[in-house]
Amino acid sequence: MQTAASTKALNQKSESASLGRQKRRETVAGYAFITPAVILLIVFLVLPFLFAILFGFTKFNLLRPDKIQFIGFENYKILFQDSLFYKSLFNTLYFTAIVVPVQCAVALMLALLVNHRLKLRNAYRIAYFSPVVTSMTVIAILWIYLYNPNEGLINSALNFFGIPNQPFLRSANQAMHSIIFMSVWQAAGYQMMIFLAGLQGIPGDLNEASSIDGANKFQQLRFITLPSLYNVTVFVLTITTIQAVKLFVQPYIMTNGGPENSTRTLALLIYQQGFQFRNAGYASAVSVIFFLIVVFISFSMKKFLRDK
Amino acid sequence: MTDRTVKLLLNLTNIVMSILFITPLLWMVVSSFKPETRIFADLSSIKALLPLNFTLDNYKAAFDRIPMMKYLNNSIFYVSVIAISGLAVNSICGYALAKLHFKGREFILSAVIALMIVPFESILMPLYFIVNNLQWVDTWPALIVPFVANSFSIFMFRQFFMDIPNEILESASIDGSSPMKTFVSIVVPLSGPVFATVFILDFISHWGDFMWPILVTTGESLRNVQLGIQTFFTLPPVFYGQIMATLTFTTVPIILLFLLLQKYYVQGITSSGIKG
Repeated sequence: MQTAASTKALNQKSESASLGRQKRRETVAGYAFITPAVILLIVFLVLPFLFAILFGFTKFNLLRPDKIQFIGFENYKILFQDSLFYKSLFNTLYFTAIVVPVQCAVALMLALLVNHRLKLRNAYRIAYFSPVVTSMTVIAILWIYLYNPNEGLINSALNFFGIPNQPFLRSANQAMHSIIFMSVWQAAGYQMMIFLAGLQGIPGDLNEASSIDGANKFQQLRFITLPSLYNVTVFVLTITTIQAVKLFVQPYIMTNGGPENSTRTLALLIYQQGFQFRNAGYASAVSVIFFLIVVFISFSMKKFLRDK
Repeated sequence: MTDRTVKLLLNLTNIVMSILFITPLLWMVVSSFKPETRIFADLSSIKALLPLNFTLDNYKAAFDRIPMMKYLNNSIFYVSVIAISGLAVNSICGYALAKLHFKGREFILSAVIALMIVPFESILMPLYFIVNNLQWVDTWPALIVPFVANSFSIFMFRQFFMDIPNEILESASIDGSSPMKTFVSIVVPLSGPVFATVFILDFISHWGDFMWPILVTTGESLRNVQLGIQTFFTLPPVFYGQIMATLTFTTVPIILLFLLLQKYYVQGITSSGIKG
């Protein structure tokens, strides 16, 4: 406190003399400090974003930029009549609609499980978290073998319980569900960590007071813990949703969108239209729709946030 | 229910769940050290998860077929460059947004926050267009430069620097220290944790890079580990053991880094949760 006060006194003395010069110096430094990041963000984020909107109105092959043609809303017209677009949109939303609640519920359960003073608590946490650190490419390849219809570990386990071999990724009915199951396993540890931080933010005396008042563990969970986690839950749902609509690596590696387009997603459609079919205009139109979906999700989730 | 029964139940559930969660990765590691025939023979029993008939043959054979070491070095190189140069660029920007006063600061801050929402997938095409026009395809800059500045990292730094008391900075500036000198000699030494957090978040996320490298590395020379294992698994003849060896080999460095910087990684995830 004393140093703060003396600094303040010192400040006032030299204020008149050097304030102007110091202010100018700070302004110059401010602009200089932000310049590298701002330039990079403009060139590699803002500009591409504007280009995406622009390209959406063109017929355009990435490798022949000289032959660009403006065609107005033509791409959007085609897109809204394209059954593959609707299929991809449906698959993306279907994946999201299942993964988000399931993954968040599993994550919350794991967080509640490790939020106690248990001796092996750290080991449990590392077990739940290790799939998160492993890259999606590794996981997708690994699970192709786990899901193998004839010689896979999962089918062996099912056989043990008397269930016959399942086709998993080879079946149009099961492929998306197989990807969903794997994705929940992979990412639940991430959301668990956020829930855990939320749980540790709940004041301990709340639970103590309630247990003096005779509340049991389940009542504490229902009336204290879960309501206190409201905002954390909204946040977790938001980031999980945004993550989920980006689904790409899993179908790209595991099914290439098949069987029968049952795992084709919007991100996969953008990639394939833009780079494999060299249809950059159409792919950009899909990108714009994709962006609007992400913005819509983010803003509608914000509405649910409560003031503390 | 007594506290002891609660604890017992919790431990039991945790053990069952841990086994479920760890089994796929355990099978991957164990199979990478087993002879091919043994992997299939053990599949239908608990032996699938036990390291029997230990051998390094899968690793030797896989490394003869693809240059895993080179892919690993490529990944370590370009991901480190992104993460380290990102620390410099984003920290100094975050500092200016937190502590320096200049016109337009609030606008830049809002813009940086707004940019966090733009998904990479929606700028994929035009970004490729730009990188292609810069003639960067199949060169290091294509993998590195677009990802150095990161709005999320800038935001993390800014949040951390906001908590540094102004008095410390003011007294330095009265002593005639330039803003750059104040930043380097006073702010940076106080901010080890946030640097570690941003570094590991950035490193782990780019270690998994897959979509972008497919596009901009046309040849083999710049291929990263993710592309390496993906090409390998589509390359006949397929041997389970060899594929598990390359997967394990790719995963080990990142697990080590995680265990080393675990505290900061978790802090990064949780702070984003609380402040977001």
